Amino acid sequence: MISERFLNYTVALLILGMALGAWVMDEPFLITLTTKAVILALAGVGLNLALGQGGLISLGHAAFFGLGGYAMGVLASHAQNFTPIMETPFLIEGTNSMPIIWLVAIVVSSFFAFVIGLFSLRTSGVYFIMVTLAFGQMLYYFSISWPAYGGEDGLSIYVRNSFPGLNTLDPIQFFGICFVVLMVVIYGVNRLTHSSFGLALNGARQNAQRIRTVGLNPFKIQLIAFTISGAITGLAGALFADLNRFISPTMFSWQTSGEIMVFIILGGVARLYGPVVGAALFILLEHWLGGLSEFWHIYLGVILLSVVLFARGGLIGALSKKENADA
Amino acid sequence: MSTVLIIEQILNGLQFGVMLFLMAAGLTLIFGVMGLINLAHGSLYMVGAFAAAAVAASTGSFLLALAASLAAAAIVGAVVELVVIRRLYDRDHLDQVLATFALILIFSESTRWLFGSFPLFLDVPKALSGTVTLPGGIAYSSYRLMIILVGVAVAIGLFLLISKTRIGMRIRAGENDREMIGALGVDISKLYTLVFALGAALAGLSGALVGAIQSVQVGMGEPVLILAFVVIVIGGIGSIKGALVGALLVGLTDTLGRVMLPLFFANFMEQSSATSVGSSLASMSIYILMAAVLIFKPTGLFGRA
Amino acid sequence: MKIKSILLAAVSVAALASSAIAEGHGKLKVGMITTLSGGGAGLGIDVRDGFMLAIKESGNDNVEVVIEDDQQKPDIAVQLADKMIQSEKVDVMTGIIWSNLAMAVVPSAVAQGKFYLSPNAGPSALAGKACNPNYFNVAWQNDNLHEAAGAYATEAGLKNSFIMAPNYPAGQDALNGYKRFYKGELAGEVFTKLGQTDYAAEIAQIRASGADSVYFFLPGGMGISFMKQYAGSGVDIPLIGPAFSFDQGILQAVGDAALGVKNTSQWGKDLDNETNVAFVKTFQAEYGRLPSLYASQGFDTANLLLSAMGKADVKDADAFRAALKEADFKSTRGDFSFGNNNHPIQDIYVREVIKEGDVFTNKIIGTALKDHADAFATECDM
Repeated sequence: MISERFLNYTVALLILGMALGAWVMDEPFLITLTTKAVILALAGVGLNLALGQGGLISLGHAAFFGLGGYAMGVLASHAQNFTPIMETPFLIEGTNSMPIIWLVAIVVSSFFAFVIGLFSLRTSGVYFIMVTLAFGQMLYYFSISWPAYGGEDGLSIYVRNSFPGLNTLDPIQFFGICFVVLMVVIYGVNRLTHSSFGLALNGARQNAQRIRTVGLNPFKIQLIAFTISGAITGLAGALFADLNRFISPTMFSWQTSGEIMVFIILGGVARLYGPVVGAALFILLEHWLGGLSEFWHIYLGVILLSVVLFARGGLIGALSKKENADA
Repeated sequence: MSTVLIIEQILNGLQFGVMLFLMAAGLTLIFGVMGLINLAHGSLYMVGAFAAAAVAASTGSFLLALAASLAAAAIVGAVVELVVIRRLYDRDHLDQVLATFALILIFSESTRWLFGSFPLFLDVPKALSGTVTLPGGIAYSSYRLMIILVGVAVAIGLFLLISKTRIGMRIRAGENDREMIGALGVDISKLYTLVFALGAALAGLSGALVGAIQSVQVGMGEPVLILAFVVIVIGGIGSIKGALVGALLVGLTDTLGRVMLPLFFANFMEQSSATSVGSSLASMSIYILMAAVLIFKPTGLFGRA
Repeated sequence: MKIKSILLAAVSVAALASSAIAEGHGKLKVGMITTLSGGGAGLGIDVRDGFMLAIKESGNDNVEVVIEDDQQKPDIAVQLADKMIQSEKVDVMTGIIWSNLAMAVVPSAVAQGKFYLSPNAGPSALAGKACNPNYFNVAWQNDNLHEAAGAYATEAGLKNSFIMAPNYPAGQDALNGYKRFYKGELAGEVFTKLGQTDYAAEIAQIRASGADSVYFFLPGGMGISFMKQYAGSGVDIPLIGPAFSFDQGILQAVGDAALGVKNTSQWGKDLDNETNVAFVKTFQAEYGRLPSLYASQGFDTANLLLSAMGKADVKDADAFRAALKEADFKSTRGDFSFGNNNHPIQDIYVREVIKEGDVFTNKIIGTALKDHADAFATECDM
């Protein structure tokens, strides 16, 4: 039996080792792939806070992923074309500085998460799944038919945005940025889940009545968690847009929401490193199976199905031989 | 806009709604009785359409094609229930969503592997290919009128099945108290397989009916699936009556929204931007409707808390 | 290394002078990113098959082709492009079907010094302001077929068109392209939802509009649905469309409903030139189906590449670029040349859907536009 904490460190080191190894061997594409896994893991960590800790099964997290991406796209495209975003009532210029873009992505997606949460949290169970899906679809169709930023065609940003002191176009340096962001966020989420807020959130999932009797408002707790969760996924969206130097409505599609959810299940629900393991595994499968057969989705489906049916607690659960996450 | 045109558009909305009802009825029945969210319902719709296209191509008979769609979807549904779905009843919704998401991947790519990437041909039967003139001089497609009638017949059939027959009694009992009905000696697993196959057959039928006027291709099920979910959520999950009302609401909102919104915006902006703004809003309209319903009635129109 | 390439260039000039030796130059690696799975796979498969047929026929074993499936998803396409450039180290890229994927991949690929030959998809930005010397479009600029349809409608004396397309950039471009060459009135202009499958509401509007013709751009399954429903509606206003809704793969699914519809295309299987006759015959022998326009575009793209390889080494980018620009290959379309923005100047034909035995196909009935270039060429400062 392996302890989950040991497993977590191993995973983090493996990912770091993968990128560094690829760097030494001069395989930039491997670094790019690893970076993609890290960014998708970040999106999963965001959803996991709502889904794993809070029990809020959101099938609309693509909304925040997309908003983060479009925050990057809008700011960077205006910087690229040297046109202001708006002139009245006051001037807002575009920018290609990553920290500012991240800040905007976080603010925008947490605002939307707050509003969507405000409405969606009135419902529960299947209704919650579906109403979050509905909000995601609204943004999806809006982004398709809004011509200013490319509509269905999406928007290309020709040069990756800049980070002070680093050359972001160098794959290993961009990987470094994403990896540090992921580690910082995981640390923060871990602190949060072990704080009194985290305990209350867990309590609200298991028994809202009990939370109410100790004088806390479960709605408020869940709304805060949902907002933070949306903000993290939004940040991941901004990074993902920078990885691809491209945004499109696909980021808003319900399949994207489904995939983020798949990472969590593959790795293990409510586990700190669940989404990380899941995203890494997903990318690995996509590339390995994609090379094997034109019809690789069949195998992906079978593997997913087996994990859900036979490996409860995901991969981390299977490895640490414990079905339930440490709360 | 003329009255004739408005009536024709309302008929179109009804026809679309009836189609959605066939999909949504199975979905809501499966949820109501077994408590299962089935994302793979759209795949059964696709199975029905492909079976119909294959049989129509080899026999040339549309009726046989419809029968094949019912049979194929019911059989595939029953097999899937026996192999996969029954392991999911006591799982949480998350596992169900994921497992049936995996089923979509398997179904879509297997179908592409079997039938290739190009769309298949399925046409409306010669007898129904023209139009009929309705009172008031409205020329309306006979096939679409037939779809409305089939939908109404299925709706009535389902109500009778559930309220008058022995199976219906068990289904209602299963909705109310799952443990109790098992304790009373009803073979619950057989009942579940039956209900799942029934829902699948309805989805397959609607796939075949729609396939004849749309295109039979891989991935045709997912857009309809999302709409069917919108329908049952608006109507209240588990309620057949809710599914019917929800389906008609969604059908009418979508159809009339597409026609009316651009005209509405044309009143105070120039034509081409009115068309574009109106169409954008129309594509979001049913999701706005759904969010609005849930905000005021968090368990849908006819749902139980 | 540098000396070597200068030497090679010198050799290639010499070779050119003394009637090119086709395989005298170095190896060339092609990265093909195209759609091979999901609903849009039919187009990608045709482009791939057309391309590979040309490579096979040439017998040139200096070309290595790496093929990857983009699943019609832009982010996958971008990732594959990174893989092609960073890991496979390809010289030339090609294959993308969809404009949005092309916009995601092409600008950064050509910025990194790769050549890109587009076998489909010609978004207006790449023809105009964002044109690039390393980007060659071997198919058409997106608006071309729509412009031809507008020209045909005007010439046919149509005065009152109802026009319709999905509400997304290519749809808006389509209607603008039609209007650019159509001189009559508009009976109505409708944008539908992307991916919409039921057109009853729009058909009712068409019936009520009093139009004398309907122009529609509904690619893929949308077009199949529309035509079947239109045929069953009893409305008999003639339809016009671009070739995308009438290619070989789609026609069989539409059936009788498409018979007699006029559509515009830069290619037809009955175009009477030596290359095309041979292409249609060998394609059918090789793959057991009739080629579509996508297959012809894939075939032409590969032949353009082969012609440039015969003249210059890809390592000498300037010479290779000049060789591509000459377009010295035998196109299935007959005359073919590049304009200043590296987009085709070509004839665009009007075709009619007919039935040959059991197979639905197209017959060319006239020329809509001769030596047509695109509207964005003037915005390109090359």
